[in-house]
Amino acid sequence: MRKQNWILLFTALMILALVACGKKEEETAEQPATPATNAPAPTPIDQSTVGEVTGKVSFEGTKPKTPVIHMDQDPVCVQKHAGKPVHAEDGDVNDNGTLPNVFVYVKSGAEKYTFAPPSDPVVLDQNGCMYQPHVLGIMAGQTLKVVSSDATTHNIHPMPKDNREWNMSQAPGAAPIEQKFARPEIMVPVKCNQHPWMRAWIGVTSNPFYAVTGSDGTFTIKGLPPGTYTIEAWSAIGGTGQTSDQTVTIGPKESKTLDFSFKAS
Amino acid sequence: MGLALALVVICITVTSCYFFWAHTWWFPIDISTIGPAVDHQFMLTLVITGIIFVVAQFALAYAVWKYGSKKDGRKARYSHGNSALEATWTLAAAVLFIGLNLMGYKTWAAIHFIGAPPGAMQIEVWGQQFEWYFRYPGPDGKFGPVHVEKVDDAMGNYLGLDRDHDADSKDDIVTATLAFPVNREVNLILRSKDVTHSFYVRELRMKQDLVPGMEIPIHFTATKTGRYELACAELCGLGHYKMRAFVDVMTQQDFDKWLAQQAASQ
Repeated sequence: MRKQNWILLFTALMILALVACGKKEEETAEQPATPATNAPAPTPIDQSTVGEVTGKVSFEGTKPKTPVIHMDQDPVCVQKHAGKPVHAEDGDVNDNGTLPNVFVYVKSGAEKYTFAPPSDPVVLDQNGCMYQPHVLGIMAGQTLKVVSSDATTHNIHPMPKDNREWNMSQAPGAAPIEQKFARPEIMVPVKCNQHPWMRAWIGVTSNPFYAVTGSDGTFTIKGLPPGTYTIEAWSAIGGTGQTSDQTVTIGPKESKTLDFSFKAS
Repeated sequence: MGLALALVVICITVTSCYFFWAHTWWFPIDISTIGPAVDHQFMLTLVITGIIFVVAQFALAYAVWKYGSKKDGRKARYSHGNSALEATWTLAAAVLFIGLNLMGYKTWAAIHFIGAPPGAMQIEVWGQQFEWYFRYPGPDGKFGPVHVEKVDDAMGNYLGLDRDHDADSKDDIVTATLAFPVNREVNLILRSKDVTHSFYVRELRMKQDLVPGMEIPIHFTATKTGRYELACAELCGLGHYKMRAFVDVMTQQDFDKWLAQQAASQ
């Protein structure tokens, strides 16, 4: 074979290899569980009949001691808190004996409906080398927008079991990172590979019916069509994650109260 | 051309030597009892290798000038050299380096092979991507066991201690700053949670790798109070550049106060 032919053959192989690699990357990239073009239209819900579930999540037992987080490695993190100690959030109990950061969602009962993921992204901020919010909900297929308020490099690393794991660095001032989770998953822990104490929990749902308790320990899930639902509450109290389920039937325009309680694991 | 190249070689040699001669970038202060011995060994090595460096560079410059091609048409030619001379200086270099090693052996052994005297303060040093943690045994003088499955950085349990069930762990104190009293023998036990790191405090003249699965002891006595920097000296991943901690050498009184504060925040 002449020299020119060898060069042509080599070039052709290189192009083939590049195309093959590019295709592989495309295949592994996160895709919504159901491609947008084939997704069934959202089920119309009569808003005049929807009800809601409200409730409170309390903590039983002695309030656990929340350890101080040592951030000494990164002066940027320390300075952001101006000398105030930062405590582990997964052990938090509100002053009124209720629990913050409990993810409450409709576990079952809403399967007959189809919901389109909201077009607005859910924002996860990195501020003072802690995730804000600590617990958040998002629908499968909805955009998660990760931003940073810190003048230090972070490395966002969700560790799902049923979704694709990813791991991306974000330098100070860098553009927000936008990602999606294709499948529902309760809960996806998120860590920072730069600051090992950072942790967030993401609840990925198949429906928009979820809430996270705040500093008063209460939650409200609105817009529920009449029906019977299993409501699950998830808490990271103790650091391992616990769940509690209850069934509730909502009539037209009805508001039901559901209270949950957790002990330290 | 040969003369110009020879002058460049001499210029580089003299400039390089100047920085050492003028102490432009020199050793930081020494705060360890072992420091003078380490510095002596370092200086001895530097002077000997420095002299060899200068002689070799000047010889190179001379050869470039003397045996390069000349304007009258004489070309430079390849010479195999002198086998006997080559064997002599290779042997001399070997003797020199082995000799320097033997001379430094005593200092090395004092840090690494001879254990800390009884009564030395015991502190565990833990490296992980990209943090340093330090553990003091508390009043009972015993370190509690480590449970890998209980390690949870986000919950402040950096070392996997079970304070509820392990009596020895109850009073263990875990900190992110390394502090110890001045003029007291300290025995550090180096451990790693993930990959190889390296404990390096310039002022202590101490550098030692942390190897996963091993407990490596090093001991020393600090002679000056102050705040110094501990840097990881082994490339350990993306955040290696920021894997650092402070080393505080305190008076015994200040140290006791500091340790009590740390114990209260556990």
